[in-house]
Amino acid sequence: MRDVAVVGFAQRQMKEFDGSPTCVELLVPIFGELFEQTGWTKGDIDFWCSGSSDYLAGRSFSFVSAVDAIGALPPVMESHVEMDAAWALYEAWIKIQTGEVDTALVYGFGKSSAGVLRRTLALQLDPYTAQPLWPDTVSLAGLQARLGLEQGLWDEKAMAEVVARSMTDAVGNEYAIRKGETSLDDVLAQPVYADPLRRWDCAPVSDGAAAIVLAAGDKAREVQDRPAWITGFEHRIEPIALSARDLTTSTSMQQAAAAISGGVDGVDLVELHAPFSHQELVLRSSLGLADDVTLNPSGGALTANPMFTAGLNRIGEAAKRVWAGESDKALAHATAGPVLQQNLLLTLEGRNA
Amino acid sequence: MKVEFDYTRSLGPVLSRFMSALAQHQVLGGTLSDGRVVVPPPEYDPVTHAPVTDLVPVSDTGVVQTWTWVPEPVMDQPLDRPFAFAHVLLDGADAPLLHAVAVDSPEAIETGMRVKARWADETTGTIRDIRWFEPTTDAASTGSASMEFGEPEITGIVSPVRLTYDYAASPEESKFFRGLADGRILGQRCPKCHKVYVPPRGACPVDGVPTTDEVELPDRGIITTYCVVNVPFQGQQIPIPYVSAYVLLDGADIAFLHLILDIDAADVRMGMRVEAVWKPREEWTTDLNNILYFRPTGEPDADYDTYKQHL
Repeated sequence: MRDVAVVGFAQRQMKEFDGSPTCVELLVPIFGELFEQTGWTKGDIDFWCSGSSDYLAGRSFSFVSAVDAIGALPPVMESHVEMDAAWALYEAWIKIQTGEVDTALVYGFGKSSAGVLRRTLALQLDPYTAQPLWPDTVSLAGLQARLGLEQGLWDEKAMAEVVARSMTDAVGNEYAIRKGETSLDDVLAQPVYADPLRRWDCAPVSDGAAAIVLAAGDKAREVQDRPAWITGFEHRIEPIALSARDLTTSTSMQQAAAAISGGVDGVDLVELHAPFSHQELVLRSSLGLADDVTLNPSGGALTANPMFTAGLNRIGEAAKRVWAGESDKALAHATAGPVLQQNLLLTLEGRNA
Repeated sequence: MKVEFDYTRSLGPVLSRFMSALAQHQVLGGTLSDGRVVVPPPEYDPVTHAPVTDLVPVSDTGVVQTWTWVPEPVMDQPLDRPFAFAHVLLDGADAPLLHAVAVDSPEAIETGMRVKARWADETTGTIRDIRWFEPTTDAASTGSASMEFGEPEITGIVSPVRLTYDYAASPEESKFFRGLADGRILGQRCPKCHKVYVPPRGACPVDGVPTTDEVELPDRGIITTYCVVNVPFQGQQIPIPYVSAYVLLDGADIAFLHLILDIDAADVRMGMRVEAVWKPREEWTTDLNNILYFRPTGEPDADYDTYKQHL
């Protein structure tokens, strides 16, 4: 395998983006920031890959329009996935592994506020027997949360602890949307909204865009003193039929963690993509994390969950801490699909040399 | 902005039988390799990936396994007042069905509660033939094994999708559309390559930088390329044959698609000079449809070399 590292990361997140559904106005400054971080120009990027969905903001071929932000003349090599850009990053990583390219810029964008997000996401369900009922994201998460509550796998207090820790940690994250010093009692004092969930148990609807630069070998060392080397990368999926899944655990997470090269031992920092508080508990127990691991220092997706970049942001946040020497081995996670259907894991390692 | 489309989906052997049974107020489950009966029946076994072939009737009454309150229903959900979504384990099944439960408040539902399907009077062979579930005191029952199933009647479903969005125009688009309401065509020039884009874009697709300079363009130009529409289609409003063309306004570097009329389709040429025909002034809005169509001006055609780089 080729050594490939995360060497650049830029993000924008906001409650409501007053701009076009293609978020070109966000992508242009983000790309500019990455060129500043790397000292490169667009000619140094061998491959571009994005993650987005037209359903989100109702703009057809929005990913084609978004290519305007690149300035694609002479033509660039470009691809797209209709998934969180963390999966676009997987494609770019594979592309670099083939030896065809040495560098890649991966980006994602989404304007969730343009529609009714929890309803739009029903379109990712089984189109025959589930989608026609329009089960919204919050309701599906509520079904999952209650299963765990009533089976004694977690309790209201454990969920509230996730919320309090996330909102408090997010104080230091300039891009977080819902944040502030928050105690367990503050959370429990909030009214229940979609029984059993409080509003704070659910990630805020968020708009945003983000991008990451990948580079192989010496190219990576050229631009980062301590690149975040990708040492393991796996993703797994569970059946689309909700009735065929045990929602209280994450078999896809277990499978990805078991398969990941180098394993998750020695991980000192984790960025989990959990859009609902109890989902962090599901992911943690499926991973079997050590107690002394630093968890979501950014505040995580519970404090800002821009569709199609919240997963990529977890990778960027973890990489930032590897660059800074705050982590020697970080684990980043992204999820997609209904109630944690798909899970992606990658490990990032810093080497002092 | 509203987006609507009906997906017409054909059904495979498993779902055809499932939907045909629903149309007769009957629920079928699929027997998996581990012996479990799962509702709705999956088409393939999630473990062995073998096709599921054994479908068995289960009851339309069951037990709530988990539920969530829906305080603010969204459009097209089974009820338009607050209700619960639940996993209902139907009697005779080993895995739950996701559906709505009609109760008035979260206090009126609990895990373990028995519920019964409320069937639609007129069935369509879709999951919506069960309108929702309701609390019941019926004791446990099993499916009516005596039911006879012939060839499935339902072999397809139509899934209507209606989506609504708040569409925000970019700052450049806003200027363009506001200009149209005044009968002006406003483009933007790239500060780097000096190309003029109309309608304006958020960034120059060549250089990837925001376009900054506003440029007012005339309502006349040339046809760079065109096609003759000969095939009738749904929603067609103009009698065929007619011409759709790329119109390059004088001073612009990108052509846009518009309609060419007041000329026989056979006489349209590349390089032909055209001008806009506007709606009456009082009908102008922030819409490109203020220009009804383009028509020939009668001026001499442009020389191919003057526009070949725009093709």
